[in-house]
Amino acid sequence: MTERTDSKTAGPQDREPGPRDTEQVTAGPAEADDGPQPRPHDGNGTAGRAVRVPLWVLGVAVTAVIGLVLGLLAVFGAGTLPERAGPPIEELAVERTVLSPGVIELTVRNIGSDPVQVSQVFVNDAYVGFTGGGEPLQRLSTTTLALDYPWSDGTPYIVSMLTSTGLVIEHEIAAAVITPPADADFFGRMVLIGTYIGIIPVLLGMLFLPVLRQARGRSVKILLALSVGVLAFLAVDAIIEGAELAASGAVFGGVLLVVLGAGFAYLVLMGVDRWLRSRTAAARRHDAAGGMRLALLIAIGIGLHNMAEGLVIGSAYAVGELALGAALIIGFVINNVTEGVAIVAPLADRRPGWLALLGLGLVAGAPAILGAVIGGAVNNPALAAVLFGLGVGAIAQVVVQILPSLREPGTRTFDARVVGGFALGVLLMYATSLFSAA
Amino acid sequence: MAGSAGLALGARELLQAPSAHAAGAERGGAGASHGGGVNGPMFAQGATVDYEANGFNPTDILRDFDLGRTSTMPDGRTLREWSITAVDKEIEVAPGVVFPAWTLNGRIPGPTLRCTEGDRLRVRFVNASEHPHTLHFHGIHPADMDGVPMVGRGVISPGEEFVYEFDAEPFGLHLFHCHVGPLAEHIARGMYGTFIIDPKQGRPPADEMVMVQHGYNTTLDAQGNQLYAVNGIPFAYMNEPIRVRVGELVRVYLVNILEYDPINSFHLHGNFFNYYPTGTSLTPAELTDTIMQAQGQRGICEMRFPTEGMFMFHAHKSEFAELGWMGFFEVTP
Ligand SMILES: [Cu+2]
Repeated sequence: MTERTDSKTAGPQDREPGPRDTEQVTAGPAEADDGPQPRPHDGNGTAGRAVRVPLWVLGVAVTAVIGLVLGLLAVFGAGTLPERAGPPIEELAVERTVLSPGVIELTVRNIGSDPVQVSQVFVNDAYVGFTGGGEPLQRLSTTTLALDYPWSDGTPYIVSMLTSTGLVIEHEIAAAVITPPADADFFGRMVLIGTYIGIIPVLLGMLFLPVLRQARGRSVKILLALSVGVLAFLAVDAIIEGAELAASGAVFGGVLLVVLGAGFAYLVLMGVDRWLRSRTAAARRHDAAGGMRLALLIAIGIGLHNMAEGLVIGSAYAVGELALGAALIIGFVINNVTEGVAIVAPLADRRPGWLALLGLGLVAGAPAILGAVIGGAVNNPALAAVLFGLGVGAIAQVVVQILPSLREPGTRTFDARVVGGFALGVLLMYATSLFSAA
Repeated sequence: MAGSAGLALGARELLQAPSAHAAGAERGGAGASHGGGVNGPMFAQGATVDYEANGFNPTDILRDFDLGRTSTMPDGRTLREWSITAVDKEIEVAPGVVFPAWTLNGRIPGPTLRCTEGDRLRVRFVNASEHPHTLHFHGIHPADMDGVPMVGRGVISPGEEFVYEFDAEPFGLHLFHCHVGPLAEHIARGMYGTFIIDPKQGRPPADEMVMVQHGYNTTLDAQGNQLYAVNGIPFAYMNEPIRVRVGELVRVYLVNILEYDPINSFHLHGNFFNYYPTGTSLTPAELTDTIMQAQGQRGICEMRFPTEGMFMFHAHKSEFAELGWMGFFEVTP
């Protein structure tokens, strides 16, 4: 194991000079630019041709040319396209639903390119009186519609907004319940939920550490592969969940938000990884901190994932969909225990202190609390999509970190038992996720 | 394991909290405090449409019978002439909701043509719309006056006109509508009207009115309707109840030209009525408070209100009622 971690950490180390090499390569032409300069001087009368233009003049000139062409395009090119015919493109996203006795309140945002006027609203095929939304809603602005409707507890509703052009934009309320007020009691509950589904199961999973310590050599590698399986499952799951949310909300770019969030998290975590490496550079040779670094990265990745999970649970609670029962939370708990195992897998042959282990557990579990609080209070599909994206990017980064150490030394292949460990991780997550299928 | 059980208990309490909260005194809607909306469906802020801009008012349409221009032919029969123009027109079908309609004489429903059994009828149809149309009359007439494509004159193109000429038979309550494909769209856009042929001997005097049941598919996707109405505007007679007198015979010429839904219905509160299907018999088929009509079906409802007060009428398909097809009779001394 040690050699493998070594070879793994050694890999990037070997690669590190790479960027410097390329820097030198790019530096080359710059120097070459200076290079030819003397030549005209040395040479014959061609010197006049190579009058050196100051850089800023060149910059201004190029900018001017670009500006001119863009201006011409704006003037003449725009005329090439016909006036947009046909009906306006009206799109609304419901960002927040608040239910109080006899009133359904929707906060809607215009996410289309044209102004939208909500003229009438019907709920479950009955027109309702409502206040708000008097003026046409401009692009990206929001308004709140308060519907006068005697909704009843636990019932699903379809709210149809009829625009001035006769278009119908529907919003589904899966099960109506009173929206809990965002008071101390509510936040207390969110913290409890976050603790239940985040911190406790992860710490429970980390209790496997002594068992892992008995493992030797390849079995540790298999366990790491199992972690990768767990993470891969979470990534795919997050992509699906994020895309679903983005589709239902379609705010600010929809699925694009998941992708952007993933890219962002990936890059940031790559930076974190570099930083951790530089800090442990001295110790790296002895590989004292390599396992811990990996464990921390896994914990961060899982933490970002759990934040998104907390967000979903928090918003589900806020709109009453958690009335499904305790089974859901138990499902999440069982599911997340596996995450704890994944975190301690790189620590199998180390002796980390209890405090460090607790810290890892909190890094992985506590974001669930944050997610639950945000989800319960804000309940915004766009935010949820970004958070899911963050989780995906984080996991991708961690998987990229672990994979090289799973290869057979000196080859690019994986041992069959390692592949088996990976598959087992996926299967475990799939099986336990059935408990929390919501 | 024990920890997990404790967790389960804690979780259960946590999860049931919101429901318990809702089940309390402030339970939504169904509890002691009703909240809003219990008085039935309505448009936002009780607004009504701009009848002036639309160019027609359901209250006027109710008792607007167009007898046409009459003259006597050499053989002594009455010649009755009308002119009907097809116009494309945006109509406010609910407060703030505009529908790109195809209308007859600029209104929905089109005019109520009324004649007497045996009259000679001439209907000049002018197509001022951007789409091809026809006028197809229910009743008995020669094939080349049927107003369908490929028979007789067939389709009347934009800018063209044609005179449909035939005899008024049989007596009863009929309708007319455009018959150009896609037929459902041409009808759903508003191209229909009522066609009444009175029996020679007439009917007993009554406070007569016409009610055309129809709907608006504002999304223009042929998937049902977003609004249901009689005589053009949803909820019109909720805002302006139909005034009738105690004891007086009320005769409703009821037509169903609803598109995209197979059946419509009419239900009257606090009373019963005699029903004459298609109006082709002078003897009522039944005494009832609810009748149903499929697309194109129609019949005459005759009733007397014994007492004063407000009496609701509506489609007894509650969905249609709550999407606009309901109104009130206001019975006064
Ligand atoms: Cu037509």
